[in-house]
Order: sequence, then C-alpha cells, then structure tokens
Amino acid sequence: MKRRTFLQGTLAASAAGLAVSAGLLTPRMVMAEGGAFDAKTLDDALKAMAVAPTDSADIKIKAPEIAENGAVVPVTVTSGVAGTTEISILVDGNPTPLAAMFILGEGTQPEASTRIKMGKTANVIAIAKAGDKAYTAKQEVKVTIGGCGG
Amino acid sequence: MSSIKLKAAAKGDVVEVKALMTHPMETGQRKDKKTGELVPAHFIQDIIVTAGDKTILTAKWGGSVSKNPYLAFNYAGKAGDKVKLAWTDNKGEKDSAEADVA
Repeated sequence: MKRRTFLQGTLAASAAGLAVSAGLLTPRMVMAEGGAFDAKTLDDALKAMAVAPTDSADIKIKAPEIAENGAVVPVTVTSGVAGTTEISILVDGNPTPLAAMFILGEGTQPEASTRIKMGKTANVIAIAKAGDKAYTAKQEVKVTIGGCGG
Repeated sequence: MSSIKLKAAAKGDVVEVKALMTHPMETGQRKDKKTGELVPAHFIQDIIVTAGDKTILTAKWGGSVSKNPYLAFNYAGKAGDKVKLAWTDNKGEKDSAEADVA
C-alpha cells in the first residue's frame, strides 16, 4: 500500500497540485486511494487523472465492434505519439470508467493489450500521455451481454 | 503454486511479453445470486514488470479489468533477459513470476 501511495504521489504530485490549486479537484479526491479509479463518471476520472486530452488520430484502439460477452472484451491501444509515457483505458458506460493505466518504461513500445469488462454498449476510450500533453481516441463497442451484472 | 503464466519471446531486438494471471477481479458491485449480497471488491491493483533491474511496465488496474486478467506488450530487449512480473491486489495479496526471454 505504501508503494502505491508513493508511486501515485510522485506521478501525480505536480499535476494534481496544480489541479487542486485551480480548484479542479477537492483534496479528498486526491487523497483517496486510487482516486481516479474510484471516479464514477468519465469527467471525474479525467479530472482525477489531471488530464485534458485532445482527440488524435495517432491513438489507435483495437477492440471488437460487437462484444458478445461484456465480461471479456479484448482491447489493444497503440499510441503513435512520440514520447508516449502512459496509456490509459477507460469505458464511459461503466460504473467506474477508468479500467487500466499502463506506465511505460524506457524502451517499452507504446502499446498495451488487456481484456476488460463492459456493463453495456459504450465507448472504449484510450488516453496517451506524452510530456505534459494528453491525446485521446474512442471506439464504440456494442455489448450484447453485460459483464457487470450479477 | 504460481497464479501467473508468463511468456516472453524475442523477435529481433523486440521482446513480446504476455501474461495471464489467475484472479477473480471482483469489482465490488456484483451481487451474489444466492444471498443477494454484494461480493466484496477483490482485484489486482498494481503490476510491475521488470527486465533485469529495469522496470519496463507499471500497470495500475481497477475492477473493470476482466477476471483472470491478460496483459501483453513489447519492449526493446533480447533473448536471455530475465523478465519478472509482480502483482499486488487491493487486499494486499501478492504474487510474482519470472521467465527467461526465449
């Protein structure tokens, strides 16, 4: 737990500090463990991540157009933006939109694949961070059976 | 017993890392069908992948990553590298696995 706090602290300190002083974030959101992951709406998740991404054709999402099973939706995100250091995957229709964040080491290619859950038909949103800028793209995935139901 | 299947294969100077972990990845929002009670959240939160002493990928996950999660990425490396993946979940449980790059 300490390590997580430390990592988040170092990664988010500068950006979050600015956001707090600008009144974008309440201190509670910053302090909360995994604040961005707890965010209930896409806007809140973006605020907690302290990003204001611009649309970019350089961000590619590989995901099925139709997912028969929302519990397992394969997603690959590739960033064509030079200097990409971080790739995040969000789903705007999920109760907590932020699904995964990948922080790339030196020499790691700006591409990440995983499988995510989608509760209903929604957009898969990819965000790539490069320097102090963020870029985004989205793709709609139609879900025939939701992955978050009981 | 390790709950992680880790494979790393070199193609030229790029290494493809693939991992499959065994984990329930409960969101904390799903209800048990029999009792009607919420199943407590239980998901992998942090993953660190290293090659030798270099961190090649750090992942932070929420509950919306699928059960028995899959992860794949590429890094600049070579055959013979030692790749290690370690995860920690929201209950503080940990596991790790190592693989030699083939």
